[in-house]
Amino acid sequence: MRELLRSGTGGGFVPPSSADFELPPVFGHNIYTTKPILLVFLSVILISVFFILASRKAAIVPSKLQFAGESVYSFVRNDLAKDVIGHDFLRFVPYLFTLFTFILVNNIFGIIPLLQFPSMSRVSFPYVLAITIYLVFHYVGIRKQGAIKYFKEIMFMPGVPKAAYILITPLEILTFFVVRPLTLALRLFANMFAGHLLLLVFILGGDHLLQGVIGLKLISPFAFGIGIVLTFFEFMVQCLQAYIFTLLAALYIAGALADEH
Amino acid sequence: MQFLNMAEAEKINPLIPHTAELVVGAIAFTLLFLTLRKFVTPMFEKAFTERTNAIQGGIERAEKAQLEAQRALNQYTEQLAKAQTEAQTLREEARAQGAAIIEDLRTKAQEEAARITATAQASIEAQRQQAVTSLRAEVGALAVELASKIVGESLDDAARQSRVVDRFLEDLEKSK
Repeated sequence: MRELLRSGTGGGFVPPSSADFELPPVFGHNIYTTKPILLVFLSVILISVFFILASRKAAIVPSKLQFAGESVYSFVRNDLAKDVIGHDFLRFVPYLFTLFTFILVNNIFGIIPLLQFPSMSRVSFPYVLAITIYLVFHYVGIRKQGAIKYFKEIMFMPGVPKAAYILITPLEILTFFVVRPLTLALRLFANMFAGHLLLLVFILGGDHLLQGVIGLKLISPFAFGIGIVLTFFEFMVQCLQAYIFTLLAALYIAGALADEH
Repeated sequence: MQFLNMAEAEKINPLIPHTAELVVGAIAFTLLFLTLRKFVTPMFEKAFTERTNAIQGGIERAEKAQLEAQRALNQYTEQLAKAQTEAQTLREEARAQGAAIIEDLRTKAQEEAARITATAQASIEAQRQQAVTSLRAEVGALAVELASKIVGESLDDAARQSRVVDRFLEDLEKSK
């Protein structure tokens, strides 16, 4: 596809841009068959199949597969949900577990050969996830404290001088209803977007150099080398972003559950 | 990208979501959530609970076994002590009984000896009495016989006298 693009613009190097994230439908003109959409469905299938197989036996002495699945599950359950939410954490574990595995697998798609596209670099998916958190933590807060008390405590933070409300109330409202979910979504999106762009720059750049004169051909391996190093770096970022997203989700739920913010 | 040229690409804002992707994202996430909640997390929780129970059960069983062993040990020690005390008592009892038996036997022997002695003495006394009685009767008879003989002969004659005595003695010997 880039070949077409390049030939169309006269052979010069075309830097990767946001246009590289707008992929055409794989099958015909059906907009539901673009690569990121297919990848998201693939991730759902992969995660479901893997964890169903891993957890099917639920043996006391786990098999290797069960152990692998359990490791991920107990990481989310104990290190994220239990440590952050504390009491009554168990009912949020399925949600947080889904969140973590879903983001992780879709992120890692970015460096898996042949797939090589992080679905989370399409902003729509982080948005959807942020909306679920938005719904969950407000719902939890309202259920726990009652709508009036919950919103009152958000708007008028207890233990603050009355005059300070002029400043704090708008900020708090902005934080709880706009900033939190938005930053959550944008952080994930931007990391995946930038990471993929970075890889594109070095790998397409290396490819372009390879087609140049002999001097440029010699530089090309360095570009590829950096591309490979960055791939490892990306792997780290992808895991980290999945972790951060889930951690913040757990923190927001914990905040909504707490009596005072 | 066949349908995109550079001018169009410039206009793309990556922050604007696509409806199709929003829909798919929501469906996919919900689907995954429902699947994991229904099939995966309960099974893992079950495994965790069972494991905890198994470990706790194991510890409890071990504790119970230890307790039982301790109790058995105590019981054995107690029984041993009891047996030792019992043996001691038995030994002492036996000793006492032995002493009593010896004492008893000795008393009995003494009594027997005394009885035998007494019987013997009585018998001797009786025999002596009998001898005395018969002797007395015999001596009387002899005396009377002798006297009558003496009276029958002359008492002056010494030779006769001695003859009489000799004859008497001879008779005496013959009568025996």
